[in-house]
Amino acid sequence: MSIGIQDRTAIVGIGQTRFAKGLEDSELSLACQAIAAAIEDAGIDASEVDGLSMYSMENNREFEIARSVGLGDITYFGEIGYGGGAGCGAIGHAAMAVATGQCTAAVAWRARKRAAKSSRPWANVGQRLEGAQQWSRPWGLLRPVDEIAMLTRRYMHEFGAKREHLANVAVAFRKHANRNPNATMYGRELTHEQYMQARWISEPLCLFDNCLETDGALAVVIVSAERARDLRQPPVYVHSFAQSIPRQHQVMTNYFCDDPLLGPSYACARLLWERSEIKPADVPVAQLYDAFSPLIPLSLEGYGFCARGEGAAFTENGALEWPSGRLPTNTSGGGMSEAYVHGFNLILEGVRQMRGTSPCQVEGAESCLVTSGEGVPTSAVLLRR
Amino acid sequence: MASFLLPDLEDPASAPFWQATAAGELRIQACAACGARRMPPRPMCPACRSIEAKWEALSGRGTIWSCVVPHPPLLPAYAELAPYNVITVALEEDPSLRILGNLVARPEGPINEVDPATIRIGEPVRVVFQQVDDVSLPRWIRA
Ligand SMILES: [Zn+2]
Repeated sequence: MSIGIQDRTAIVGIGQTRFAKGLEDSELSLACQAIAAAIEDAGIDASEVDGLSMYSMENNREFEIARSVGLGDITYFGEIGYGGGAGCGAIGHAAMAVATGQCTAAVAWRARKRAAKSSRPWANVGQRLEGAQQWSRPWGLLRPVDEIAMLTRRYMHEFGAKREHLANVAVAFRKHANRNPNATMYGRELTHEQYMQARWISEPLCLFDNCLETDGALAVVIVSAERARDLRQPPVYVHSFAQSIPRQHQVMTNYFCDDPLLGPSYACARLLWERSEIKPADVPVAQLYDAFSPLIPLSLEGYGFCARGEGAAFTENGALEWPSGRLPTNTSGGGMSEAYVHGFNLILEGVRQMRGTSPCQVEGAESCLVTSGEGVPTSAVLLRR
Repeated sequence: MASFLLPDLEDPASAPFWQATAAGELRIQACAACGARRMPPRPMCPACRSIEAKWEALSGRGTIWSCVVPHPPLLPAYAELAPYNVITVALEEDPSLRILGNLVARPEGPINEVDPATIRIGEPVRVVFQQVDDVSLPRWIRA
C-alpha cells in the first residue's frame, strides 16, 4: 500500500548549464537556460509548466523566470530555506503540489553565481550581530567551514575518525569527477598524498575537505506518474520524501543541544525510510550532500548505512568508489569535485543513475538516495525507476 | 582599524548576558517558572512555555568540548591574528550547556598565543573577560 505521495510523481526532465568559476551570464539567464533545457528534455511545452519550487536563497524571482521562459499560469509556487538543506525540499514540495493537484507540471531549480554578494552572508561586515550569530562570530568562528570543523573535531574525538577517512571521501569523489566531462575537476587527479599535504582552511579541515566554488544552474521537471508514462524520458519516481529540523537544532552552529553529532540526517532519515518500501541495505548508490567531507560519515550514519560512529570506517577500502565500492557515492563528483550549486547537481545525478546515463553508472541500480545539507534543516528524496 | 564582529548589545534576548560580562560575570538565562537553564537565550522556555526569565551567575568553569583553528581567507581583523583557536566550552553546572570562546595563555593574552597543538578536548578552563570595543567578551584560560 502506498504511503503519502509515494511514487505518485516523477522527474521527467533535467537540464543544466555549464559549470565554471566566473560565468558571464547573469543568474537569471543561467536559471532560464537550465529550466528551458529541462523542459526540452521532458518534451513538454513550456506553457504546460504551472508550478515553481525554489530555494529561499535563490536570487531569481518566480515571475521573472515565468515570463522569460514563457511558462503558463503559475498556480503553485513556494520556497525552502536553509541553503544546502533546501534542494530535496524543493523537489519534495513540487512533488506534493503535483500529487495534490495544486499544479500539474512543476519546475524546481537552483541558479547560483558565487561572486554574487548575497552568496556569502558570512562576509557582511559593519553590522552588529543579532540572533544565533552573536554566539559564535565574535570569537572568530566566521565561515561555514569553521562551524563544521568544530563538529568534526568533536566527531574525531568521540569516534576515532581520522583525516585519512576524510581523504577517502575527497579522493573517491574526485575519481568520479574524472569520468564526468562536465565536472569542474575533470582531468585533475587527487591523491591521498596531495590531500594530506594540502593547506589548512580550518583545522582539522584542509582545502580538499571543502566544496568547490561554482557558477551554474540546474533544473528538473516533475509531473504526475500518469503523465510521466506518456513522456519520452523514463520516469524517475519520487518514492519517498522527508524534511527535518530536529528538536533543539541550531543551524550550522549546532553545539547547544544534548547531542550535537546527532544531526538533522537522523530525524530526516526516520521519516524517509518509514515512507519507503526500499530500505538502506537495498539502496545501491547515493548522492550525499558534501559541502564538507565530514558530512559524508555523518550522513552515512544518519541515513542508516552504518551504525552511529561507524561512518568514518565505512569509507575504508574504497567503499564510496565506483564501480566496486559497497555504496558508490556522489557518482558525478558531487559538490567537492563536480560543482557546488547548493547540492542541486546531486539530484540530477540521482536522476541519471535511474535513467542509466551516469558517468559512473551503477549497473542495474533500481533506487538512489539523494540528500541535502547535513548540519542545517534538511531534506532527502529516495528516487526509484 | 579592522573591525571584529560584535553583538548588538540592544538585542533584548541577549542584553542581560552582555551586561553581566561587562560587570565581570558569566550569567546564563534560566526559566523563572521551572528553573530550566537555556543557552543561547530565547524568548520562551521550551520546557514550560513561560516567558519569564532570570539570569543565574555561573562558576565560570568548564571543560573544552571542541576546538578549531581557522586559517585565511578570513575577515581582515581575524586574518591578522590567524591562525588562532576557537573553542567550545561545556559549562561546569551542566555540560550539555555550552558557550564558544577562545583559549588564551593569560587573562589579557591574544587569541593566537596558545600553541593549538597543545589544546586537548576535556581540558578544564576558567573564564576571563576581555574588552573589545564596547563589548566584554568571555574568553578562557587553563584552570
Ligand atoms: Zn520553564
